[in-house]
Amino acid sequence: MTGRRILMALAAPVSAFAFSVLISSAVLIAVGTNPIDAWAEMLSFGMRLETLVETSNRATPLYLAGIAVAIGFRMNLFNIGVEGQYTIAALLAASAGAAVSLPAPLHILFIIIVAMIVGSLFSGVAGYLKVTRGVHEVISTIMLNAIAWAMVGYLMRTWLADPNDTTLNLKTREIAESGRFPNLNGILQTFTRDIKGGRELGGFIIIAVIAGIVFHLYLTRTRSGYDLRITGLNPFAAEASGVDPKATVVRAMLLSGAVAGLIGLPEILGDDFKYDLSFTKGLGFAGIAVALIGRNHPAGIAVGALLFGWLDSAAPILDVRGDAPREIVSILQGVVVLSAVVAYEVASRARQTQEARDTAIATAAPTDTGSDKPEGEAGA
Amino acid sequence: MPPATAVELTGITKRFPGVIANDDVHIRVAEGEIHAVVGENGAGKSTLMKILYGMLVPDEGQMTVGGEVVSFSSPGEAIDRGIGMVHQHFMLADNLTVMENVILGAEPLRRGAIDLDAARASLEKLGASYGLDIHPDDMVETLEVGERQRVEIIKVLYRGARILILDEPTAVLVPQEVEELFRNLRELKAQGHTIIFIDHKLTEVLAIADTITVLRAGRTVTTVDAGDVTAQELAELMIGGDLPSPSTTTHQIDDHVTLSLAGVTVTGDDQREALSDVDLAIHRGEILGVAGVEGNGQGELIEAILGLRQLAGGSLTFNGEDISEWPVRRRRESGIGYVPEDRHRRGLLLDAPLWENAMLGHQTVEPFAKGSLIDRAGARNATEAIVSRFDIRTPGIDTTARSLSGGNQQKLVIGREIAANPLLLIAAHPTRGIDVGAQAAVWEELRRVRTKGLSVLLISADLHELIGLADRLVVMLGGKVVAELDPADTTPRLLGSHMTGADVENGEPAQ
Repeated sequence: MTGRRILMALAAPVSAFAFSVLISSAVLIAVGTNPIDAWAEMLSFGMRLETLVETSNRATPLYLAGIAVAIGFRMNLFNIGVEGQYTIAALLAASAGAAVSLPAPLHILFIIIVAMIVGSLFSGVAGYLKVTRGVHEVISTIMLNAIAWAMVGYLMRTWLADPNDTTLNLKTREIAESGRFPNLNGILQTFTRDIKGGRELGGFIIIAVIAGIVFHLYLTRTRSGYDLRITGLNPFAAEASGVDPKATVVRAMLLSGAVAGLIGLPEILGDDFKYDLSFTKGLGFAGIAVALIGRNHPAGIAVGALLFGWLDSAAPILDVRGDAPREIVSILQGVVVLSAVVAYEVASRARQTQEARDTAIATAAPTDTGSDKPEGEAGA
Repeated sequence: MPPATAVELTGITKRFPGVIANDDVHIRVAEGEIHAVVGENGAGKSTLMKILYGMLVPDEGQMTVGGEVVSFSSPGEAIDRGIGMVHQHFMLADNLTVMENVILGAEPLRRGAIDLDAARASLEKLGASYGLDIHPDDMVETLEVGERQRVEIIKVLYRGARILILDEPTAVLVPQEVEELFRNLRELKAQGHTIIFIDHKLTEVLAIADTITVLRAGRTVTTVDAGDVTAQELAELMIGGDLPSPSTTTHQIDDHVTLSLAGVTVTGDDQREALSDVDLAIHRGEILGVAGVEGNGQGELIEAILGLRQLAGGSLTFNGEDISEWPVRRRRESGIGYVPEDRHRRGLLLDAPLWENAMLGHQTVEPFAKGSLIDRAGARNATEAIVSRFDIRTPGIDTTARSLSGGNQQKLVIGREIAANPLLLIAAHPTRGIDVGAQAAVWEELRRVRTKGLSVLLISADLHELIGLADRLVVMLGGKVVAELDPADTTPRLLGSHMTGADVENGEPAQ
């Protein structure tokens, strides 16, 4: 029973991945590349220590983005606004971090808290609009994304840009040494060789892991998480059970935004120590894909984030060797998401049928056959 | 000379995973007759009709239509054989006209364009020849329920059906509309059509059918001529033995008022007054039955008591406290249990395990919660206790609610509410759609907790259930309480006339 359950749980993502490789191979053949060579090259390059470090660094914000989106998804809220939430949170947290001087751990904590508050206030607007004015969160968060980008542009030009900077690349003032997140090279190198090329294993992955664990414990162990989850499963039953639907919407949006606020911090605290115009975009949208692959489950999201992170890190080799355009990776990522969604649906139906059968067998009562059929099946 | 056979089903068996919905069913329908198929919920009537109409494929057995062996893999094939089905839930597009709805999917074409003139002509011809009163250009959204049903029937006739299957056609109709429908059906029969009629209202079946086939637990019990049976005999055939009746037991009711409503007025979804100035009181240890045709304010009454719907006027007092402004959670925590009319919609998390379903509605209190955390061990133990106490058939408490049978799902819902020791239990149609055994268990349980001092608000469409269980009955009509009756000297007939607002014969009911 358990063995079969694990097998079924794994069957979907594995077959989704295999299917995506198949499709992408077809694309590679279409552009005149031998797919086996290309995959082999990507694999060997991808297993180098430096690529794996890069994978972790790229997966960290993707994971946080996936969690932020998943919090909404778990109660059927589609927070498309993670994109705008993390951008504005990163800008304001970077500025706030540069403006204060505190001892190291407090300084970092301060920046993290600012980012979470800004992210959650920004997504809270969408939650507020939904419960008071009935504005669908997809509409409001798309609009809020546009507002966030406009606000970032405005704030950068007016108040937050470093006045001493003379280059054309607007940037905020740098965060002092005390506000920078340490890297994990020291720890990693005690187990492996030295990391070449000046690469650093970003320390923020620890925060990401903690966020994942907290997310899981919140959903499964707290009353508030239970209310959020059951609202997603059946909003009518949840309301009748005493869940306040409006409060739950607002709470979910605030939590989602708070995690969204963390997405930009690996870059701000670990890499750039400032917000500038080259700040990474698109992580919020990628988070939607990662959450879909991960079925909104913290472990699944980790798999999705690592897969995307690895593909991003290993792909450039294709360009360098002239095998294929690196965009093949975007195709691969897209197909992974689509086939994952399909595969999960198929697997979930198979599981339902299986469970209905198991239950019917385990509870078989020969006297009341006609009425003992599972309700999910064709009604009598 | 016996008439020719229109449809014959021989040895039809249909299994769903682990269960048998139809088990060796035999039915022979003669040409030109009205043949009723009766049986309890879950007896397999609908499954059988879906097989005949090509929506389901039988695992075993044979079907003949007009003497030829057929096997349908889609309704299209059944239609080609002259079989049409009028579904219980109409399949009409509101924003199209009657004519557009009728020809939808079977449009007469002339040079690649829809030939509206031909369509109109054939529609009017159909209407005239069967005495079906229709106006081809009316928008469907403006039609009454009875008229919509007529459109459905014409749709089927337009496609050339000689054999019509009607799935519980009277369920949605008011008495006058039922009369009209029966007149139409007799006209169709006179013109040589064969009609298969699914129902469980026995008086109606006896009024219209020539022949009646009784199904029970997926099997054919018997086929009888309508002239040869009484409603009582039919009922016994349906349930296989004596009618289980929720027998009335006398017992002492406290004068402590658990819940009282004073002048309660609420607005419905359509912005009209759904409850007007309702006064009610439920005492400790009392089952108060609420009778009424569905949609007369019973749903809003439940929502008002639970706090799902705001009061527009009046007040609610529960156990001495004014709860009018309390949120749902506070009301539930203070001891209001709820068995919803539709367990899938409001009662269960179908894709969650049983133990998470068992805490639904009680997730803030022991043994399910400890402070602001979920007490998993406590919740699981409590669920195990509910499962064994209420005899819920399941392989374990980690099974999803979806995979349980309807009766077991209902036992879970009722079990969790009773196990939480509420002061007031709102039970809406507690035995709807479950088998006779589970029904008896539910009745027994309600009677048992009542004697322990629980107050029950019982809303039901089953008049025997109401009369048998309730200590006191009220009738709702148009959002008002129109009568209060003593079940001891009430008959379903008397109750029925109050429910429809018809003049009460036999003098005034006991107040």
